[in-house]
Amino acid sequence: MSKHHVSTVINGEPVEFLCEPQQSLLDVLRDELNLTGSKEGCGSGDCGACTVIVDGKIMCSCLMLGAEAAGREITTVEGVAQGDKLHPVQQKFLEHAALQCGFCTPGFIVAAKALLDENLNPTEEETRYWLAGNLCRCTGYDKIIRAVLDAAAEMRAERGMAD
Amino acid sequence: MTYIAKEFQKVVGTRPVRPDGVDKVTGRANFGADMTMPGMIWGKVKRSPHAHARILRIDTTKALSLPGVKAVVTAEDFPPIASEEAFVGEGPMNFRDLSCNCMARGKALYDGHAVAAVAAVSPAIAEEACELIEVEYEVLPHVIDVEAAMAPEAPVLHEDLFTGGVEPKPARPSNVAKRISFTKGDVAAGFREADVVIERRYSTQPVHQAYIEPHACVVSMAADGQCTIWSSSQGHFMVRAYCAKLLGIDISNIRAIPAEIGGGFGGKTLVYLEPVALALARKSGRPVKMVMNREEVFRGTGPAAGSVIEVKLGAKKDGRLVAGEVVLKYQAGAFPGSPVGPGCMCAFAMYDIANASIVGYDVVSNRPKVAAYRAPGAPNSSWGVESCLDELARELGIDPLHLREKNAAKDGVKAVHGPTWQNIGYAQTVAAAKEHPHLKTKLGPNQGRGIASGFWFNIGGESSAAVHVNEDGTAVVATGNPDIGGSRASMAIMVAEILGIPVERVRPVIADTSSIGFSFLTGGSRVTFATGMAATQAAEKVVEEMKRRAAMIWDISPDAVEWKDGKAWPAGANAGGFEPLPLADIALKSGRTGGPISAEVSINAQGAGPGFATHICDVEVDPETGAVKILRYTAVQDVGRAIHPSYVEGQIQGGVTQGIGWALNEEYIYDKDGRLENPGFLDYRVPVASDLPMIEAVMVEVPNPRHPFGARGVGEVPIVPPMAAVANAICAATGVRLRDLPMSPPRVLEALENGRA
Repeated sequence: MSKHHVSTVINGEPVEFLCEPQQSLLDVLRDELNLTGSKEGCGSGDCGACTVIVDGKIMCSCLMLGAEAAGREITTVEGVAQGDKLHPVQQKFLEHAALQCGFCTPGFIVAAKALLDENLNPTEEETRYWLAGNLCRCTGYDKIIRAVLDAAAEMRAERGMAD
Repeated sequence: MTYIAKEFQKVVGTRPVRPDGVDKVTGRANFGADMTMPGMIWGKVKRSPHAHARILRIDTTKALSLPGVKAVVTAEDFPPIASEEAFVGEGPMNFRDLSCNCMARGKALYDGHAVAAVAAVSPAIAEEACELIEVEYEVLPHVIDVEAAMAPEAPVLHEDLFTGGVEPKPARPSNVAKRISFTKGDVAAGFREADVVIERRYSTQPVHQAYIEPHACVVSMAADGQCTIWSSSQGHFMVRAYCAKLLGIDISNIRAIPAEIGGGFGGKTLVYLEPVALALARKSGRPVKMVMNREEVFRGTGPAAGSVIEVKLGAKKDGRLVAGEVVLKYQAGAFPGSPVGPGCMCAFAMYDIANASIVGYDVVSNRPKVAAYRAPGAPNSSWGVESCLDELARELGIDPLHLREKNAAKDGVKAVHGPTWQNIGYAQTVAAAKEHPHLKTKLGPNQGRGIASGFWFNIGGESSAAVHVNEDGTAVVATGNPDIGGSRASMAIMVAEILGIPVERVRPVIADTSSIGFSFLTGGSRVTFATGMAATQAAEKVVEEMKRRAAMIWDISPDAVEWKDGKAWPAGANAGGFEPLPLADIALKSGRTGGPISAEVSINAQGAGPGFATHICDVEVDPETGAVKILRYTAVQDVGRAIHPSYVEGQIQGGVTQGIGWALNEEYIYDKDGRLENPGFLDYRVPVASDLPMIEAVMVEVPNPRHPFGARGVGEVPIVPPMAAVANAICAATGVRLRDLPMSPPRVLEALENGRA
């Protein structure tokens, strides 16, 4: 079976790759493009460790075919920081100790960034429901939620938004 | 040993950003499946679809003729191993059983048991080849439930298994691998003395550790027999030891390199893939990568033991416990070795109880071999005892915290399982819980509050650590323990404290098995305690050397040099009027004063302080659906001394959450043929963010004098109390007592309806 030739944009850069028809976007990211930041925890869309942003919406990259990336804009965890400047969510994860093993962290970072792209003033409950598709087995979520809320507060302050 | 009390600690107790943090928030950290090797091929395991079956024939011809297949292995490719107890993992394990668990020999003992494996040039071809392997089975009767497995007519898994610990040796083999017992005082007399006796039966289902990272490894074996293993585990020295034994390789020919580990909780204290990958690499001559999928993780690894817990408690009217009796029946899975031993020892550890008897049974059945899971064994027995204690408190009309306060084990008390307690902080956790504002929060309709306590031993053990001073005055601390929850940060903090330099100037690394002395695995809540002790001692040796070098530079006696704030100082006026020499200056001159400054220390750390916890849980029960919502949760724990408080809180919050999952949702469900019905995160439901409130971790610090900074292990005890705390809260909310886990909505609803009837 011949491979698909796919042109897409990943983390702001135009990218071309060849993939098997059955390869998921996650397989392509990890095995073809060496973007191993996205993790496979389940392969069935239940754990969120492979979360990426596709055209502004969060997706489990294990549930999307690599071929479907054609013509889309994709952000992976490797594209969340701007050069050496961490995104506020990343910085707050560090400050709040919101990770232990760190395996689910890329998915949380991407999902939380997408939340704050959409809503810079989420409540605790909104944050918990937004992140309910991301499993963390280490932290009990407490410090993750605090980190995201703190990142939101800092981003609002940076933008001069009143609380 | 140096002991530095809290008031003199400058770095310990602070909350710096963890040294490996940036890699982990940017996706740069390399976990088990992130590694590749040149020329690498992909391995895949073929698993038994039967719970219990004799393997009559394995035909690999078709698989081997599929283009792209490079090797197929079965049990024939592993040396037969005699029965021998292994002491390299956490909990009991036998080398022969582990070999048979990695690759079934003669019989498949559970749904998901590995029977063959393939290596091929792509994962897809490897998978296809697995389908082409023909296995002829003779399906045998199977047994899943623990009490059914103990019955005389039960199908027997191992013809050579005779119950240990009973006299005389049984005439027939059975599934009961072992009976153990502990007694203290006169139990019958104790119960005669009691005003109230409560006798109840509780049960738990197996639950999986459910680390988010599936097992993964990449291995190579060169033509001269030298192997490299890159894998995610709780101990690369453990991986090395098991692989050497299972494949008959010299330990010196294996270099095990620790990947970042994506959660373990005890479930990565043994091997599944690494020996198989090595066998495939040996046969194919190519490096082999193997990664489990989630279904394989559920069917083939872990879980924690399911169990039946029978508890009988006797007390005086004033609440004083006078007698206790516990019988524990623990599932070991397909091979002997459940954590029933620690389960027994933890059952009454919190209490000063004069007369007690504990009996435990280790029982095999057609399930995956259980693995350690956070305080292995303790959550099961405590679920029974802490629930029963709550039933007793209700019967007596005594506040459950007061009941615990009245019976709390204190220093000098001899525990039922043997030791006499010293420097324990159980009563302090009860006292802190009693003072906590949580108790003043008002509860509404269908809401209730539950209390439960827990104990875990914590261990020390063999650890190595090296401290190297760099020529610019920075330092490296190398250890042999995978960092599973922030231990790099605690290593750096402890070394910075001793050296007297900022923590950012100390870089921790996890060294491979060829680069640091032996270290027992990351488990038993031992790393900050034992490896921290080794790192501290290595730093102290470096300080001694620094003082010697300063003495040389000043031409005075080393005894006349003091170390303070990262500098060498003349000890008093008689030593001379020298300007203090900072570490960086000594380091810069080290080439001219005797060479590089470094030290490696290997120890067997003793004196791990026991850990105690007391939890308060508020729930709301939906009377229409049986769903239980956790409203508030406060976990009080004696942590000795929190080296990095944020990561200690994290351990507590994470352990509590796993306990809540165990309490409310998680369970292995088997069909009538013994096949696992819920091997995925959709049907095996772990807690998600929207299920939970914030979890308040209250750290009580009763210092452990056997650690340089007073630390105790903290990672395990937080999973012990939650199941009973939740059940006790449900009972307070509804008046209905649940004695079987999980307390999932259908079970709660049924209990409520029975209660209403």
